[in-house]
Amino acid sequence: MSPAPAAARSRPVAALLWRGALGALAGLLLLLVLLPLAGLLFASPPRHLLAGLRDPLVIPALRLSLVTSTISLLAILVCGTPLAWILARATRRTTQATHVWRLLETIVELPVVLPPAVAGVALLLAFGRRGLLGPALAAAGIGLPFSRAAVVFAQTFVAAPFYVQAAVAAFRRLDPDLLLVARTLGASRPRLLIAVAIPISWPALAGGAAMSWARALGEFGATLMFAGNMSGRTQTLPLAIYAALESDLHTAQSLSLLLVAVAFALLVAIRAGGRR
Amino acid sequence: MSALEVDLAGAAGTLMIDLAFRAAERPLLLVGPNGAGKTRALLMILGAARSARGRVTLAGEPLYDAERGIDVPVEQRRIGFLPQRYALFPHLDVLANVAFGVRNAARPDRLRAAREALRALDAEALAARRPEALSAGEAQRVALARALAARPRALLLDEPLAALDVSIRRDTRRLLADRLRAWSLPTVVVTHDRADVEALDGDVVVMEAGTVVQRGRLPDLVAHPATAFVRQLTSDS
Repeated sequence: MSPAPAAARSRPVAALLWRGALGALAGLLLLLVLLPLAGLLFASPPRHLLAGLRDPLVIPALRLSLVTSTISLLAILVCGTPLAWILARATRRTTQATHVWRLLETIVELPVVLPPAVAGVALLLAFGRRGLLGPALAAAGIGLPFSRAAVVFAQTFVAAPFYVQAAVAAFRRLDPDLLLVARTLGASRPRLLIAVAIPISWPALAGGAAMSWARALGEFGATLMFAGNMSGRTQTLPLAIYAALESDLHTAQSLSLLLVAVAFALLVAIRAGGRR
Repeated sequence: MSALEVDLAGAAGTLMIDLAFRAAERPLLLVGPNGAGKTRALLMILGAARSARGRVTLAGEPLYDAERGIDVPVEQRRIGFLPQRYALFPHLDVLANVAFGVRNAARPDRLRAAREALRALDAEALAARRPEALSAGEAQRVALARALAARPRALLLDEPLAALDVSIRRDTRRLLADRLRAWSLPTVVVTHDRADVEALDGDVVVMEAGTVVQRGRLPDLVAHPATAFVRQLTSDS
């Protein structure tokens, strides 16, 4: 026997084993993702799901979630775009100040990895009655915690980094020649941002905005701790799911499917935006 | 005709740039090996890179004067700039690219001025195209039209022909030489191609390692090359 045929025979076996192992491992994770989704969809008959949606918790929670997450998104866009622009421009060249800007950039991104409970405590310690700004806010007659504004604060805090990160990366990728040529053509600094940088970075900005919105919509832990769980006042969809879980599983399931539908639509929108 | 007078010095990383010239009737051809600081010099003239000392004067008006503390911002210098890769705005069609720098006019007038600039470069047919659908030669003409439409008082062209295929380079070079003569703006062209130097028929300033090593007309350079680079540049014909 020459060794060549043996090698030729062993190759398909090894390849088969390899593909089997790959498939098995990938399949395990796929199952873990798909089974809970299937549970959401099929664990109860559609009749019960529709009944669940008629629960008095649902409409106020849906409305509050849509309104607060949209306000949060607007705040993130309006303030996050200038922040990202400043960060991208400031770290373009290496100077002594670069380290400070890089540190600031890292701090801005920190909420991404922060556990939601920590975010809740942090918000309370900043804006709570006994927090850093507590006395000042009390003197001005403003009570932030356990208000609708607190819901927006919590969502903005946890969701902003997703947009800012995407925007900084996009602005940094801009060809410096494009910005320079625009300036030689007489473009003022505001026009540079509004007519050149933002339109060119549009797909990345839209993707970041969608991620931020999805994160704001799903915000749970920080909202629970900082804004509370008051039906009709601070109870967003995720909090309503939590509340419903204690009384009526069908309602929790209906609400969850509602959130999944919105999240899925956002994900599709992100993919579409990124391909543009 | 007005003149662009430059006398600048400044650091670019480890390179010390020290450059003086006057561009008026004839194009000023800034030549030199890679890394000589030619592009950096253009950025300093535009006001986009910092200078340590010196002056930039355009038509008698100081744009930069270190001693007098004058430093007109880039967007107010009205110097047209053509970077090596042309840098057309990818989110705008050709006409909108060219109209970008047309100032102080209502939209119809801006578009008319943009069309005129495109026509001046035989590029009017490209008006509705997207930049990614242009060949390098077309992109170069559109970029020139865009610079022209902003009514610049001087032009800086960074290797305007280097990105083009050899097959179209000659025609484009002839067009460029012809148009530069017609516009009679103070013009600086960075190149390291002898054919450009011949066709554009300008005053040559040779830069090496940040400083001027020789200046003059092409025949002078051919007759008395000051450095190995100049000898090489002028010998391959």
